[in-house]
Amino acid sequence: MIEICDIRKSYGDKRAVDGLTFKVEEGEILGFLGPNGAGKSTTLNIITGYLSADSGVAKIDGTDILTDPIKAKKDIGFLPEIPPLYPEMTVLEYLNFVYDLKGCKLPRKQHLKEICEVVKIWDVGKRLIKNLSKGYKQRVGIAQALIGNPKVLIFDEPTIGLDPRQIIEIRNLIKMLGKEHTIILSTHILPEVQAVCDRIVVINKGRIVANEKTEDLINAVDGSRKLVAKIVGPEEEVLKALRAIGGIKTADVLGKRDTDSISYLIESQDRVDIRKPLFYTLSSKNWPLIGLEGVELSLEDIFMRLVGKEKEKETGKKSKRGGN
Amino acid sequence: MLAIYMRELKSYFLTPIGYVFCGMFLVVSGLAFSECTLMRQSTTSIGEYFVWMMMIFAILIPILTMKLFSEDRKSRTDQILLTSPVSILGIVMGKYLAALTVFGVTFIVNSFNFVLLFFYGTPNATSILMNVLGIFLLGAAFLAIGIFLSSLTENQLIAAVSAIGVNAAMLIISLFSSGIENSFFRTVLKWFSVIDRFTPFTYQMLDVSAIVYYLSLAAVFIFLTTRVIEKRRWA
Repeated sequence: MIEICDIRKSYGDKRAVDGLTFKVEEGEILGFLGPNGAGKSTTLNIITGYLSADSGVAKIDGTDILTDPIKAKKDIGFLPEIPPLYPEMTVLEYLNFVYDLKGCKLPRKQHLKEICEVVKIWDVGKRLIKNLSKGYKQRVGIAQALIGNPKVLIFDEPTIGLDPRQIIEIRNLIKMLGKEHTIILSTHILPEVQAVCDRIVVINKGRIVANEKTEDLINAVDGSRKLVAKIVGPEEEVLKALRAIGGIKTADVLGKRDTDSISYLIESQDRVDIRKPLFYTLSSKNWPLIGLEGVELSLEDIFMRLVGKEKEKETGKKSKRGGN
Repeated sequence: MLAIYMRELKSYFLTPIGYVFCGMFLVVSGLAFSECTLMRQSTTSIGEYFVWMMMIFAILIPILTMKLFSEDRKSRTDQILLTSPVSILGIVMGKYLAALTVFGVTFIVNSFNFVLLFFYGTPNATSILMNVLGIFLLGAAFLAIGIFLSSLTENQLIAAVSAIGVNAAMLIISLFSSGIENSFFRTVLKWFSVIDRFTPFTYQMLDVSAIVYYLSLAAVFIFLTTRVIEKRRWA
Protein backbone atom coordinates (compact mmCIF):
# COMPACT_ATOMS: atom_id res chain seq x y z
CA MET A 1 0.00 0.00 0.00
CA ILE A 2 2.83 2.35 0.90
CA GLU A 3 6.20 1.89 -0.72
CA ILE A 4 9.25 3.91 0.22
CA CYS A 5 12.36 3.34 -1.81
CA ASP A 6 15.77 4.78 -0.96
CA ILE A 7 14.56 8.18 0.15
CA ARG A 8 17.14 10.85 0.91
CA LYS A 9 16.68 14.38 2.12
CA SER A 10 19.15 16.96 3.38
CA TYR A 11 18.58 20.34 4.94
CA GLY A 12 21.69 22.21 3.90
CA ASP A 13 24.56 20.11 5.24
CA LYS A 14 22.40 18.13 7.60
CA ARG A 15 21.28 14.73 6.39
CA ALA A 16 17.76 14.31 7.73
CA VAL A 17 16.81 11.12 5.88
CA ASP A 18 19.53 8.92 4.51
CA GLY A 19 18.31 6.16 2.25
CA LEU A 20 15.13 4.83 3.85
CA THR A 21 13.44 1.86 2.26
CA PHE A 22 10.38 0.10 3.64
CA LYS A 23 6.92 -1.10 2.72
CA VAL A 24 3.64 -1.06 4.53
CA GLU A 25 1.20 -3.75 3.53
CA GLU A 26 -2.51 -3.15 3.19
CA GLY A 27 -4.31 -3.20 6.54
CA GLU A 28 -1.10 -3.04 8.52
CA ILE A 29 -0.41 -0.67 11.41
CA LEU A 30 3.22 0.31 11.24
CA GLY A 31 4.93 1.86 14.23
CA PHE A 32 7.50 4.40 13.18
CA LEU A 33 9.90 4.88 16.05
CA GLY A 34 12.92 6.97 16.67
CA PRO A 35 14.33 9.56 19.03
CA ASN A 36 13.76 13.25 18.49
CA GLY A 37 15.44 14.47 15.34
CA ALA A 38 15.75 10.99 13.84
CA GLY A 39 13.96 12.06 10.66
CA LYS A 40 10.50 10.71 11.45
CA SER A 41 8.56 13.84 10.62
CA THR A 42 10.64 14.53 7.53
CA THR A 43 9.91 11.03 6.24
CA LEU A 44 6.19 11.40 6.88
CA ASN A 45 6.18 14.80 5.22
CA ILE A 46 7.81 13.24 2.17
CA ILE A 47 5.29 10.40 2.05
CA THR A 48 2.41 12.87 2.20
CA GLY A 49 3.90 15.16 -0.42
CA TYR A 50 4.46 18.17 1.84
CA LEU A 51 8.18 17.92 1.19
CA SER A 52 10.00 16.44 -1.76
CA ALA A 53 12.86 14.04 -1.31
CA ASP A 54 16.24 14.80 -2.85
CA SER A 55 16.12 11.33 -4.36
CA GLY A 56 14.09 8.18 -4.01
CA VAL A 57 10.47 7.29 -4.59
CA ALA A 58 7.40 7.28 -2.35
CA LYS A 59 4.34 5.46 -3.68
CA ILE A 60 0.85 5.34 -2.24
CA ASP A 61 -1.17 2.45 -3.60
CA GLY A 62 1.13 2.34 -6.61
CA THR A 63 0.89 6.07 -7.34
CA ASP A 64 4.07 8.14 -7.14
CA ILE A 65 3.45 11.14 -4.88
CA LEU A 66 5.74 13.27 -7.00
CA THR A 67 4.50 12.53 -10.50
CA ASP A 68 0.78 12.26 -9.73
CA PRO A 69 0.36 14.12 -6.44
CA ILE A 70 -3.35 14.82 -6.70
CA LYS A 71 -4.30 11.19 -7.19
CA ALA A 72 -1.90 9.98 -4.49
CA LYS A 73 -3.01 12.62 -1.97
CA LYS A 74 -6.63 11.55 -2.33
CA ASP A 75 -5.74 8.31 -0.59
CA ILE A 76 -3.97 9.91 2.38
CA GLY A 77 -5.26 11.27 5.64
CA PHE A 78 -2.47 13.04 7.48
CA LEU A 79 -2.22 14.28 11.04
CA PRO A 80 1.01 16.29 11.23
CA GLU A 81 2.97 16.85 14.41
CA ILE A 82 1.16 20.14 14.96
CA PRO A 83 -2.50 19.69 13.97
CA PRO A 84 -3.15 22.06 11.05
CA LEU A 85 -6.12 23.88 12.55
CA TYR A 86 -7.52 27.32 11.85
CA PRO A 87 -8.18 28.79 15.31
CA GLU A 88 -10.76 31.33 14.13
CA MET A 89 -13.12 28.64 12.81
CA THR A 90 -15.51 26.41 14.72
CA VAL A 91 -14.91 22.67 14.66
CA LEU A 92 -17.74 22.03 12.21
CA GLU A 93 -16.79 24.93 9.94
CA TYR A 94 -13.29 23.54 9.85
CA LEU A 95 -14.37 19.98 9.10
CA ASN A 96 -16.68 21.24 6.36
CA PHE A 97 -13.74 23.15 4.90
CA VAL A 98 -11.57 20.03 4.89
CA TYR A 99 -14.45 18.08 3.36
CA ASP A 100 -14.57 20.58 0.47
CA LEU A 101 -10.79 20.81 0.25
CA LYS A 102 -10.46 17.07 -0.21
CA GLY A 103 -13.32 17.05 -2.69
CA CYS A 104 -15.04 14.37 -0.64
CA LYS A 105 -18.01 12.67 -2.30
CA LEU A 106 -19.54 10.89 0.71
CA PRO A 107 -22.84 12.27 2.08
CA ARG A 108 -21.62 15.36 3.92
CA LYS A 109 -23.75 15.56 7.08
CA GLN A 110 -23.74 11.87 7.79
CA HIS A 111 -20.02 11.44 7.11
CA LEU A 112 -18.96 14.37 9.31
CA LYS A 113 -21.30 13.26 12.08
CA GLU A 114 -19.89 9.74 11.99
CA ILE A 115 -16.34 11.05 12.23
CA CYS A 116 -17.21 13.43 15.06
CA GLU A 117 -18.77 10.57 16.96
CA VAL A 118 -15.82 8.28 16.40
CA VAL A 119 -13.32 10.81 17.79
CA LYS A 120 -15.86 12.18 20.29
CA ILE A 121 -15.95 15.82 19.30
CA TRP A 122 -19.63 16.07 18.37
CA ASP A 123 -20.39 18.02 21.55
CA VAL A 124 -17.79 20.71 20.77
CA GLY A 125 -18.80 21.05 17.11
CA LYS A 126 -19.95 24.63 17.47
CA ARG A 127 -17.04 25.88 19.55
CA LEU A 128 -14.15 27.88 18.17
CA ILE A 129 -11.04 25.79 17.71
CA LYS A 130 -8.91 28.34 19.54
CA ASN A 131 -10.94 27.79 22.71
CA LEU A 132 -10.49 24.01 22.73
CA SER A 133 -8.08 22.18 25.00
CA LYS A 134 -5.00 20.50 23.58
CA GLY A 135 -6.65 17.10 23.71
CA TYR A 136 -9.68 18.25 21.76
CA LYS A 137 -7.51 20.03 19.21
CA GLN A 138 -5.62 16.79 18.71
CA ARG A 139 -8.89 14.97 18.13
CA VAL A 140 -10.06 17.56 15.62
CA GLY A 141 -6.72 16.93 13.91
CA ILE A 142 -7.49 13.21 13.79
CA ALA A 143 -11.03 13.89 12.56
CA GLN A 144 -9.60 15.98 9.75
CA ALA A 145 -7.41 13.06 8.66
CA LEU A 146 -10.39 10.70 8.58
CA ILE A 147 -12.47 12.84 6.24
CA GLY A 148 -13.04 11.16 2.91
CA ASN A 149 -12.26 7.75 4.41
CA PRO A 150 -8.76 7.57 2.87
CA LYS A 151 -7.03 4.21 2.46
CA VAL A 152 -3.88 5.39 4.19
CA LEU A 153 -3.72 7.19 7.52
CA ILE A 154 -0.53 8.81 8.71
CA PHE A 155 -0.34 9.99 12.30
CA ASP A 156 2.66 11.94 13.54
CA GLU A 157 2.74 11.59 17.34
CA PRO A 158 -1.03 11.57 17.79
CA THR A 159 -1.05 11.15 21.57
CA ILE A 160 1.38 13.92 22.41
CA GLY A 161 0.00 16.27 25.03
CA LEU A 162 -2.99 14.12 25.93
CA ASP A 163 -3.95 12.89 29.38
CA PRO A 164 -3.66 9.14 30.12
CA ARG A 165 -7.34 8.44 29.60
CA GLN A 166 -7.33 10.23 26.26
CA ILE A 167 -4.15 8.40 25.25
CA ILE A 168 -5.87 5.07 25.78
CA GLU A 169 -8.94 6.27 23.88
CA ILE A 170 -6.83 7.40 20.94
CA ARG A 171 -4.89 4.13 20.94
CA ASN A 172 -8.10 2.15 20.86
CA LEU A 173 -9.35 4.38 18.10
CA ILE A 174 -6.22 3.78 16.03
CA LYS A 175 -6.52 0.05 16.62
CA MET A 176 -10.10 0.17 15.42
CA LEU A 177 -9.19 2.24 12.38
CA GLY A 178 -6.45 -0.26 11.61
CA LYS A 179 -9.10 -2.81 10.66
CA GLU A 180 -10.05 -0.81 7.58
CA HIS A 181 -7.05 1.41 6.93
CA THR A 182 -3.34 1.16 6.43
CA ILE A 183 -1.72 3.22 9.14
CA ILE A 184 1.69 4.66 9.88
CA LEU A 185 1.98 5.75 13.49
CA SER A 186 4.99 7.78 14.40
CA THR A 187 5.85 7.99 18.06
CA HIS A 188 8.62 7.77 20.59
CA ILE A 189 6.54 6.01 23.20
CA LEU A 190 7.18 2.27 23.21
CA PRO A 191 4.07 1.00 25.04
CA GLU A 192 2.01 2.81 22.45
CA VAL A 193 3.66 0.86 19.68
CA GLN A 194 3.43 -2.41 21.55
CA ALA A 195 -0.25 -1.86 22.18
CA VAL A 196 -1.21 -0.87 18.68
CA CYS A 197 1.25 -1.81 15.95
CA ASP A 198 1.75 -4.96 13.90
CA ARG A 199 5.24 -4.04 12.86
CA ILE A 200 7.87 -1.55 13.94
CA VAL A 201 10.41 0.41 11.97
CA VAL A 202 13.03 2.06 14.13
CA ILE A 203 15.10 4.82 12.61
CA ASN A 204 18.06 6.79 13.84
CA LYS A 205 19.83 9.63 12.06
CA GLY A 206 17.71 9.03 8.99
CA ARG A 207 18.53 5.33 8.72
CA ILE A 208 16.59 2.20 9.54
CA VAL A 209 18.07 0.35 12.50
CA ALA A 210 15.29 -2.21 12.85
CA ASN A 211 12.28 -3.36 10.85
CA GLU A 212 10.60 -6.18 12.77
CA LYS A 213 7.26 -7.59 13.83
CA THR A 214 6.36 -6.01 17.16
CA GLU A 215 6.74 -9.15 19.24
CA ASP A 216 10.07 -9.98 17.61
CA LEU A 217 11.63 -6.59 18.19
CA ILE A 218 12.40 -6.95 21.87
CA ASN A 219 13.77 -10.45 21.41
CA ALA A 220 15.72 -9.32 18.40
CA VAL A 221 17.28 -6.58 20.43
CA ASP A 222 18.35 -8.69 23.33
CA GLY A 223 17.38 -12.10 24.61
CA SER A 224 18.09 -11.29 28.25
CA ARG A 225 15.22 -10.45 30.53
CA LYS A 226 15.12 -8.50 33.73
CA LEU A 227 13.00 -9.56 36.68
CA VAL A 228 12.22 -7.92 39.98
CA ALA A 229 11.74 -10.49 42.76
CA LYS A 230 10.46 -9.69 46.23
CA ILE A 231 11.89 -12.23 48.66
CA VAL A 232 11.63 -12.60 52.43
CA GLY A 233 14.98 -13.75 53.78
CA PRO A 234 18.44 -12.69 54.95
CA GLU A 235 19.89 -10.30 52.39
CA GLU A 236 23.45 -11.61 52.06
CA GLU A 237 22.48 -15.27 51.86
CA VAL A 238 19.67 -14.66 49.39
CA LEU A 239 22.05 -12.79 47.12
CA LYS A 240 24.61 -15.56 47.33
CA ALA A 241 21.97 -18.19 46.52
CA LEU A 242 20.59 -16.15 43.63
CA ARG A 243 23.99 -15.68 42.06
CA ALA A 244 24.57 -19.41 42.33
CA ILE A 245 21.56 -20.24 40.14
CA GLY A 246 22.59 -21.21 36.61
CA GLY A 247 21.41 -18.75 33.97
CA ILE A 248 21.38 -15.69 36.19
CA LYS A 249 23.79 -13.07 34.97
CA THR A 250 23.47 -10.53 37.75
CA ALA A 251 21.48 -10.11 40.94
CA ASP A 252 21.39 -6.96 43.04
CA VAL A 253 19.36 -5.42 45.80
CA LEU A 254 16.91 -2.97 44.35
CA GLY A 255 15.41 -1.67 47.57
CA LYS A 256 13.78 -2.46 50.87
CA ARG A 257 10.24 -1.32 51.24
CA ASP A 258 8.51 -3.66 53.70
CA THR A 259 10.10 -4.53 56.96
CA ASP A 260 11.03 -8.08 56.07
CA SER A 261 10.99 -8.43 52.28
CA ILE A 262 13.68 -7.12 49.96
CA SER A 263 13.39 -6.46 46.22
CA TYR A 264 16.12 -7.84 43.99
CA LEU A 265 16.82 -7.00 40.38
CA ILE A 266 17.79 -10.15 38.52
CA GLU A 267 19.05 -10.27 34.96
CA SER A 268 19.06 -13.58 33.13
CA GLN A 269 21.42 -14.66 30.42
CA ASP A 270 20.23 -14.60 26.82
CA ARG A 271 17.10 -16.62 26.16
CA VAL A 272 17.08 -18.45 29.49
CA ASP A 273 13.92 -18.67 31.55
CA ILE A 274 15.10 -18.55 35.16
CA ARG A 275 11.74 -18.34 36.87
CA LYS A 276 11.45 -22.06 37.71
CA PRO A 277 14.99 -22.58 39.09
CA LEU A 278 14.52 -19.37 41.04
CA PHE A 279 11.34 -20.70 42.63
CA TYR A 280 12.80 -24.10 43.51
CA THR A 281 15.94 -22.58 45.01
CA LEU A 282 13.95 -20.23 47.21
CA SER A 283 11.46 -22.88 48.33
CA SER A 284 14.23 -25.29 49.26
CA LYS A 285 15.65 -22.60 51.56
CA ASN A 286 12.21 -21.67 52.91
CA TRP A 287 12.46 -18.07 51.71
CA PRO A 288 9.00 -17.02 50.54
CA LEU A 289 8.85 -15.41 47.11
CA ILE A 290 6.12 -12.81 47.55
CA GLY A 291 6.42 -10.97 44.26
CA LEU A 292 7.88 -11.51 40.82
CA GLU A 293 7.51 -9.23 37.83
CA GLY A 294 9.26 -8.77 34.53
CA VAL A 295 10.90 -5.47 33.71
CA GLU A 296 9.94 -4.42 30.21
CA LEU A 297 12.69 -2.86 28.17
CA SER A 298 12.00 0.79 27.67
CA LEU A 299 12.33 2.40 24.28
CA GLU A 300 15.50 4.01 25.49
CA ASP A 301 16.95 0.60 26.34
CA ILE A 302 15.95 -0.91 23.01
CA PHE A 303 17.12 2.10 21.23
CA MET A 304 20.48 2.28 22.94
CA ARG A 305 21.04 -1.37 22.15
CA LEU A 306 20.01 -1.04 18.52
CA VAL A 307 22.26 1.95 18.09
CA GLY A 308 24.97 0.11 19.98
CA LYS A 309 24.65 -2.83 17.56
CA GLU A 310 24.86 -0.46 14.62
CA LYS A 311 28.06 0.99 15.98
CA GLU A 312 29.49 -2.48 16.58
CA LYS A 313 28.69 -3.41 12.98
CA GLU A 314 30.38 -0.27 11.74
CA THR A 315 33.49 -0.71 13.81
CA GLY A 316 33.49 -4.43 12.84
CA LYS A 317 33.43 -3.51 9.17
CA LYS A 318 36.18 -1.00 9.64
CA SER A 319 38.42 -3.45 11.46
CA LYS A 320 37.73 -6.05 8.74
CA ARG A 321 38.78 -3.57 6.14
CA GLY A 322 41.84 -2.79 8.19
CA GLY A 323 42.64 -6.53 8.30
CA ASN A 324 42.43 -6.82 4.53
CA MET B 1 -9.74 25.93 -5.05
CA LEU B 2 -13.32 26.88 -4.19
CA ALA B 3 -12.91 25.52 -0.66
CA ILE B 4 -9.81 27.64 -0.11
CA TYR B 5 -11.49 30.68 -1.64
CA MET B 6 -14.50 30.33 0.66
CA ARG B 7 -12.37 29.74 3.73
CA GLU B 8 -10.15 32.74 3.13
CA LEU B 9 -13.16 34.92 2.42
CA LYS B 10 -14.83 33.84 5.67
CA SER B 11 -11.61 34.16 7.57
CA TYR B 12 -11.34 37.85 6.63
CA PHE B 13 -14.52 38.47 8.57
CA LEU B 14 -13.94 35.94 11.35
CA THR B 15 -10.84 37.98 12.18
CA PRO B 16 -10.78 41.80 12.33
CA ILE B 17 -8.66 42.10 9.16
CA GLY B 18 -11.60 42.30 6.75
CA TYR B 19 -13.38 44.94 8.83
CA VAL B 20 -10.23 46.98 9.32
CA PHE B 21 -9.52 46.94 5.61
CA CYS B 22 -13.06 47.90 4.56
CA GLY B 23 -13.35 50.55 7.24
CA MET B 24 -10.00 52.18 6.58
CA PHE B 25 -10.51 52.02 2.83
CA LEU B 26 -13.90 53.73 2.98
CA VAL B 27 -12.88 56.34 5.53
CA VAL B 28 -9.61 57.38 3.93
CA SER B 29 -10.88 57.32 0.36
CA GLY B 30 -13.97 59.18 1.52
CA LEU B 31 -11.79 61.90 3.00
CA ALA B 32 -9.73 62.13 -0.17
CA PHE B 33 -12.89 62.19 -2.24
CA SER B 34 -14.46 65.01 -0.22
CA GLU B 35 -11.30 67.05 -0.40
CA CYS B 36 -10.87 66.64 -4.15
CA THR B 37 -14.47 67.23 -5.18
CA LEU B 38 -16.99 68.37 -2.62
CA MET B 39 -14.73 70.79 -0.75
CA ARG B 40 -13.56 72.38 -3.96
CA GLN B 41 -17.08 72.49 -5.36
CA SER B 42 -15.71 71.19 -8.63
CA THR B 43 -15.58 67.89 -10.48
CA THR B 44 -12.60 68.72 -12.66
CA SER B 45 -9.96 67.85 -10.09
CA ILE B 46 -11.16 64.29 -9.76
CA GLY B 47 -7.93 63.09 -11.32
CA GLU B 48 -6.17 64.12 -8.14
CA TYR B 49 -8.49 61.83 -6.21
CA PHE B 50 -7.26 58.86 -8.20
CA VAL B 51 -3.67 59.72 -7.41
CA TRP B 52 -4.66 59.68 -3.74
CA MET B 53 -6.31 56.31 -4.28
CA MET B 54 -3.09 54.85 -5.67
CA MET B 55 -1.27 55.82 -2.52
CA ILE B 56 -4.08 54.52 -0.33
CA PHE B 57 -3.98 51.20 -2.21
CA ALA B 58 -0.23 50.96 -1.82
CA ILE B 59 -0.63 51.10 1.95
CA LEU B 60 -3.96 49.33 2.54
CA ILE B 61 -3.83 46.41 0.11
CA PRO B 62 -0.93 44.75 1.95
CA ILE B 63 -3.28 44.48 4.96
CA LEU B 64 -5.36 42.06 2.91
CA THR B 65 -2.48 40.05 1.55
CA MET B 66 0.00 39.94 4.42
CA LYS B 67 -1.45 36.90 6.14
CA LEU B 68 -2.35 34.82 3.09
CA PHE B 69 0.68 32.58 3.07
CA SER B 70 2.78 33.75 5.99
CA GLU B 71 0.13 32.86 8.57
CA ASP B 72 -0.41 29.41 7.08
CA ARG B 73 3.27 28.77 7.15
CA LYS B 74 3.76 29.96 10.70
CA SER B 75 0.85 27.99 12.15
CA ARG B 76 1.68 25.00 9.93
CA THR B 77 -1.79 24.98 8.43
CA ASP B 78 -0.03 24.92 5.07
CA GLN B 79 0.42 21.21 5.78
CA ILE B 80 -3.25 20.50 5.26
CA LEU B 81 -3.36 22.60 2.09
CA LEU B 82 -0.26 21.05 0.55
CA THR B 83 -1.14 17.47 1.46
CA SER B 84 -4.66 17.74 0.07
CA PRO B 85 -5.54 16.86 -3.50
CA VAL B 86 -5.32 20.47 -4.72
CA SER B 87 -2.79 21.96 -7.11
CA ILE B 88 -0.50 24.73 -5.91
CA LEU B 89 -1.96 27.09 -8.49
CA GLY B 90 -5.40 26.24 -7.09
CA ILE B 91 -4.25 27.19 -3.58
CA VAL B 92 -2.69 30.47 -4.74
CA MET B 93 -5.68 31.40 -6.90
CA GLY B 94 -8.14 30.56 -4.13
CA LYS B 95 -6.36 32.93 -1.79
CA TYR B 96 -5.82 35.58 -4.45
CA LEU B 97 -9.45 35.60 -5.53
CA ALA B 98 -10.62 35.81 -1.91
CA ALA B 99 -8.49 38.91 -1.39
CA LEU B 100 -9.65 40.27 -4.76
CA THR B 101 -13.27 39.76 -3.74
CA VAL B 102 -12.91 41.67 -0.47
CA PHE B 103 -11.05 44.40 -2.31
CA GLY B 104 -13.53 44.45 -5.20
CA VAL B 105 -16.65 44.61 -3.04
CA THR B 106 -15.20 47.41 -0.92
CA PHE B 107 -14.21 49.15 -4.11
CA ILE B 108 -17.73 48.90 -5.52
CA VAL B 109 -19.25 50.21 -2.29
CA ASN B 110 -16.74 53.04 -2.37
CA SER B 111 -17.70 53.87 -5.95
CA PHE B 112 -21.10 55.10 -4.80
CA ASN B 113 -19.20 58.26 -3.92
CA PHE B 114 -19.22 59.13 -7.61
CA VAL B 115 -23.01 59.00 -7.73
CA LEU B 116 -23.02 61.99 -5.38
CA LEU B 117 -21.22 64.06 -7.98
CA PHE B 118 -24.07 63.68 -10.42
CA PHE B 119 -26.42 65.35 -7.95
CA TYR B 120 -24.27 68.46 -7.71
CA GLY B 121 -22.79 68.86 -11.14
CA THR B 122 -22.11 67.29 -14.51
CA PRO B 123 -18.95 65.26 -14.15
CA ASN B 124 -17.40 63.44 -17.07
CA ALA B 125 -18.79 59.94 -16.73
CA THR B 126 -16.38 58.33 -19.23
CA SER B 127 -13.42 59.82 -17.46
CA ILE B 128 -14.59 58.49 -14.12
CA LEU B 129 -15.35 55.06 -15.57
CA MET B 130 -11.92 54.78 -17.21
CA ASN B 131 -10.16 55.90 -14.05
CA VAL B 132 -12.16 53.43 -11.98
CA LEU B 133 -11.25 50.60 -14.32
CA GLY B 134 -7.59 51.55 -14.29
CA ILE B 135 -7.36 51.90 -10.56
CA PHE B 136 -9.12 48.59 -10.02
CA LEU B 137 -6.59 46.85 -12.25
CA LEU B 138 -3.80 48.56 -10.33
CA GLY B 139 -5.31 47.20 -7.11
CA ALA B 140 -5.44 43.71 -8.60
CA ALA B 141 -1.75 43.97 -9.45
CA PHE B 142 -0.88 45.21 -5.94
CA LEU B 143 -2.77 42.24 -4.49
CA ALA B 144 -0.63 39.85 -6.51
CA ILE B 145 2.55 41.60 -5.34
CA GLY B 146 1.31 41.34 -1.77
CA ILE B 147 0.52 37.65 -2.03
CA PHE B 148 3.95 37.00 -3.49
CA LEU B 149 5.72 38.79 -0.64
CA SER B 150 3.52 36.96 1.86
CA SER B 151 4.73 33.65 0.45
CA LEU B 152 8.34 34.63 1.10
CA THR B 153 8.12 35.03 4.86
CA GLU B 154 6.29 33.61 7.84
CA ASN B 155 6.17 37.01 9.48
CA GLN B 156 3.06 38.97 8.58
CA LEU B 157 4.57 42.29 9.51
CA ILE B 158 7.48 41.77 7.17
CA ALA B 159 5.08 40.71 4.43
CA ALA B 160 3.01 43.87 4.90
CA VAL B 161 5.88 46.33 5.21
CA SER B 162 7.77 44.94 2.24
CA ALA B 163 4.60 44.98 0.14
CA ILE B 164 3.98 48.62 1.06
CA GLY B 165 7.58 49.34 0.13
CA VAL B 166 7.37 47.63 -3.24
CA ASN B 167 4.04 49.25 -4.08
CA ALA B 168 5.31 52.68 -3.13
CA ALA B 169 8.50 52.14 -5.11
CA MET B 170 6.48 51.22 -8.19
CA LEU B 171 4.54 54.46 -7.81
CA ILE B 172 7.57 56.65 -7.26
CA ILE B 173 9.75 55.05 -9.90
CA SER B 174 8.20 57.05 -12.75
CA LEU B 175 9.60 60.24 -11.22
CA PHE B 176 13.09 58.82 -11.58
CA SER B 177 12.75 57.25 -14.99
CA SER B 178 12.47 60.58 -16.79
CA GLY B 179 15.78 61.73 -15.30
CA ILE B 180 17.79 58.73 -16.45
CA GLU B 181 20.01 59.22 -19.53
CA ASN B 182 20.54 55.58 -20.49
CA SER B 183 17.56 54.67 -22.63
CA PHE B 184 17.77 51.00 -21.77
CA PHE B 185 17.43 51.58 -18.04
CA ARG B 186 14.78 54.17 -18.63
CA THR B 187 12.71 51.68 -20.61
CA VAL B 188 13.14 48.99 -17.97
CA LEU B 189 12.20 51.38 -15.18
CA LYS B 190 9.20 52.55 -17.12
CA TRP B 191 8.09 48.98 -17.43
CA PHE B 192 7.85 48.79 -13.65
CA SER B 193 6.22 52.16 -13.31
CA VAL B 194 2.56 51.57 -12.68
CA ILE B 195 1.74 55.28 -13.04
CA ASP B 196 3.00 55.56 -16.61
CA ARG B 197 0.59 52.84 -17.63
CA PHE B 198 -2.20 54.61 -15.84
CA THR B 199 -1.97 57.74 -17.97
CA PRO B 200 -4.13 56.43 -20.86
CA PHE B 201 -7.01 55.86 -18.46
CA THR B 202 -6.88 59.47 -17.32
CA TYR B 203 -7.16 60.53 -20.96
CA GLN B 204 -10.32 58.43 -21.24
CA MET B 205 -8.70 55.92 -23.52
CA LEU B 206 -9.43 52.24 -23.29
CA ASP B 207 -5.83 51.23 -23.82
CA VAL B 208 -5.67 47.47 -24.25
CA SER B 209 -1.94 47.38 -23.74
CA ALA B 210 -2.38 49.06 -20.35
CA ILE B 211 -5.03 46.54 -19.34
CA VAL B 212 -2.78 43.71 -20.47
CA TYR B 213 0.08 45.31 -18.54
CA TYR B 214 -1.77 45.26 -15.22
CA LEU B 215 -3.18 41.80 -15.76
CA SER B 216 0.19 40.40 -16.72
CA LEU B 217 1.78 42.08 -13.71
CA ALA B 218 -0.73 40.24 -11.54
CA ALA B 219 -0.17 36.99 -13.44
CA VAL B 220 3.61 37.22 -13.09
CA PHE B 221 3.45 37.61 -9.33
CA ILE B 222 0.88 34.84 -8.98
CA PHE B 223 3.14 32.60 -11.01
CA LEU B 224 6.13 33.57 -8.87
CA THR B 225 4.12 32.74 -5.76
CA THR B 226 3.41 29.23 -7.04
CA ARG B 227 7.12 28.84 -7.72
CA VAL B 228 8.02 29.93 -4.20
CA ILE B 229 5.60 27.39 -2.70
CA GLU B 230 6.83 24.68 -5.03
CA LYS B 231 10.44 25.53 -4.29
CA ARG B 232 9.89 25.31 -0.54
CA ARG B 233 9.12 21.61 -0.87
CA TRP B 234 12.60 21.11 -2.20
CA ALA B 235 14.36 23.29 0.36
